[in-house]
Amino acid sequence: MSTASYDKKTQAAHHFDSLEQQHEASKQGVWLFMATEIMMFGGLFVGYFIYRFMYHDMYIAGGDSLNWKLGALNTLVLLLSSFTMAQAVTETMKGENKKALKLIYITVACAFAFMVVKYFEYTAKIHHGMFPGFDLWKPDMAYIAEHLRSGFSIDNVDPANLRLFFVLYFVMTGLHGLHIIIGIGLMFWIIKRLKNDEFSPKYYTAVEGVGLYWHIVDIIWIFLFPLMYLI
Amino acid sequence: MSNTDTHSHGGNYINCEKGLWSWLTTIDHKRIALMYFIVIMAFFLIGGLFAVLLRLELLTPEPLFMTGDAYNRVMTLHGSIMVFMVIIPGVPALLGNFALPLMIGAKDVAFPKLNLASWYCLVIGAAIAVMSLFWGGVDTGWTFYTPYSGKSADAVTFVVLGAFVMGFSSILTGVNFIVTIHKLRAPGLTMMRLPLFIWSLYATAIIQVIATPVLGITLLLLVFERTFGIGIFDPVLGGDPVLFQHFFWFYSHPAVYIMIIPAMGIISEVIATFSQKTIFGYKAIAYSSLAISAISFLVWGHHMFVSGQSGFAGKVFSILTMLVGVPTAIKLFNWVATMYKGRVKLDTPMLYAINFLSLFTIGGVTGLFLAAFAVDVHLHDTYFVVAHFHYTMLGGALMGFFAGLFYWFPKMTGRYYNEFLGRVSAIMTFVGFNLTFIPQFIMGSQGMPRRYHTYDGVFAPYHMASTFGSWIVAAGFILAIYIMVRGMFKGKICTEKNPWGSTTLEWTTDTPPIHENFTEIPTVTGRPYEYR
Amino acid sequence: MAGHHIVPLKTNIITLLSLVVLTAVTVLTAKFIHLGDWGNLLLAMFIACCKATIVFGWFMHLKYEGLMNRTIALCGGAFLFLFILFAYLDIFFR
Repeated sequence: MSTASYDKKTQAAHHFDSLEQQHEASKQGVWLFMATEIMMFGGLFVGYFIYRFMYHDMYIAGGDSLNWKLGALNTLVLLLSSFTMAQAVTETMKGENKKALKLIYITVACAFAFMVVKYFEYTAKIHHGMFPGFDLWKPDMAYIAEHLRSGFSIDNVDPANLRLFFVLYFVMTGLHGLHIIIGIGLMFWIIKRLKNDEFSPKYYTAVEGVGLYWHIVDIIWIFLFPLMYLI
Repeated sequence: MSNTDTHSHGGNYINCEKGLWSWLTTIDHKRIALMYFIVIMAFFLIGGLFAVLLRLELLTPEPLFMTGDAYNRVMTLHGSIMVFMVIIPGVPALLGNFALPLMIGAKDVAFPKLNLASWYCLVIGAAIAVMSLFWGGVDTGWTFYTPYSGKSADAVTFVVLGAFVMGFSSILTGVNFIVTIHKLRAPGLTMMRLPLFIWSLYATAIIQVIATPVLGITLLLLVFERTFGIGIFDPVLGGDPVLFQHFFWFYSHPAVYIMIIPAMGIISEVIATFSQKTIFGYKAIAYSSLAISAISFLVWGHHMFVSGQSGFAGKVFSILTMLVGVPTAIKLFNWVATMYKGRVKLDTPMLYAINFLSLFTIGGVTGLFLAAFAVDVHLHDTYFVVAHFHYTMLGGALMGFFAGLFYWFPKMTGRYYNEFLGRVSAIMTFVGFNLTFIPQFIMGSQGMPRRYHTYDGVFAPYHMASTFGSWIVAAGFILAIYIMVRGMFKGKICTEKNPWGSTTLEWTTDTPPIHENFTEIPTVTGRPYEYR
Repeated sequence: MAGHHIVPLKTNIITLLSLVVLTAVTVLTAKFIHLGDWGNLLLAMFIACCKATIVFGWFMHLKYEGLMNRTIALCGGAFLFLFILFAYLDIFFR
């Protein structure tokens, strides 16, 4: 009674007046969910700012031990993926589903590239004993000292408190990475639906919704990159 | 739900489809509301049972039948169940789901499938949380303060994960309601013509969307702390346990407004209907809901006055906490003014609403004592706090919840409940509640600490009175639930569209409503509550 | 109606390029301009906010949306800002 099938490309669900209203409602729903994502990651940023304030030298040392060039590369990769995603939405709105499909493939490729870089970064850190859990915390302080910027002394860096930088590094970039993976999953879903010819200029809500999600993931990285790698 | 009704109408939302599977896969907001009824009432009875056990143990100063550990576990579960499984979902998920689309002239909420997902999140999350019982139980208190919660028994992870999943129920309901209110209002129904219950759901949904994710990340960090040993809140590493409290209360303070604002919305509806008079100060009540919602995000530090938080922060939080009392008080004055010179009918919903007015006022006013930074130093972690939050959450939110349940009962079920027994339950709960908690204010101010399983003999008379009261209030609520359940199956059939003589849109539908709610979407031409 | 505003390729390209430029600015200012402990943090966050605004406005179409969706996005940021601010009231003044 409630899940009778209907042609989604031309008809709205029974409780909506029109496809237009349904589209606007769905989009607003996605925006609200994006607000929740901002608040959830936001909590971690609060933790970062507080511990940075309390253990300033440790955060400088931790940040300097990360490879900022890889971080910058990942930033560019994500920005490119945001561009291809945005353009994919544009193409779907114009009915150019084949172009949209190609752009989403590129977006997925960028996402995979990001995760590959992350993999190398993580394994390097673990190799240097900087994973803050499971009794794996044996930081290579010589490595830290080597990368520490001038004006700061390694003597001020307490390994125990340094751990609090890496806790936030792994949790924040890890959770972000999880969201990238979820994004890849969502994009596979969109690819399947695009191939199935399920979208038209009048009905493309899911593509736009996934696009909004992907841009939020990008925005989170925009803040993560300088906080973790640069300053 | 029984489908053996012998209605003269066929084809309402209850009997249009039969079989358990049709219920478990429904996307009809009204059926989802009934499913919430079943699970929330079950959780309420379980949480209430734990409360009765606690009070029984506290009958005497020495241990009676529980060890300290057992007491802590029962205390934690009572709090966790009541907070996460009863009062937070309570009004929005149950009554909000049922009434919102009907009151705005819509056929369903904006995202019906998401609505069903919310229900499953609650049920699955609750199941995960309850599994903790089989792992030895949780003894941290429902607030899970670190560092203890980071290290104590395995079972903590279950409750925390369960709460995480239940959080999604709240978030998704909030998203659904905001979009529904924005996009699915009937023609002519402007925001300033919305019934006040809808305004309250709107203000609540804002909190659900913005605050709950912070709980999510807090609980996730706690799970990481426990499973990976990351040590973010561990003082040994320099981690700050107070940081946990900031994270936790950033959600949990607005959460108490998730609990109370919708109940206040119900009070607006019930008082207007049962005074047969237009609500006094419609705009003030509508805007005050939004004001409470906004300010509620800025007061969480009042739970942390003695935690080591800076004095400066304490002062800021103290002042803002006093401020949040203002919009609340405005509502109380407006409700009383609505009753003044109205044709007041003391049916069950109205009696529960009157319970709310008196009990919530006491709860709110005692909140001011606690808001005063210096006074809180004396009262923190005493029974004064316990009494305060029970007056607001039980005396306020729960009484409002039951007022709403009895109010919409005929519409939801197509039957009447036993009115006489309904009134008895309202009076019993009022008397029992006061007997339970007034002694707690007194002994709290005299220093009786909360969460203690034994106590000094000087407090014995207060505890005894409190325990006797708990039996009366328990009996009152059991009676209330009994007459509702009995009414669903054996109550006198109600086919009357508008048994209470109300003016809001849901009372123009069939009783019970058809699956699509309206055969024709109405056009609204005036304000609600036009009684004269 | 905002929902059907089709953003042209040219706009998306300019948006991408601005973001890349701002990324370069972020790196260069962090590496070569020393404004002290707080200075670099605030500058980097300011640039990040500019980048986020660009993503919100053009990639996410907020520039073409109605007031409500913009308010929702803004609320997320505003409440987060308040969370950080009030947490600092504690930590800064201990």
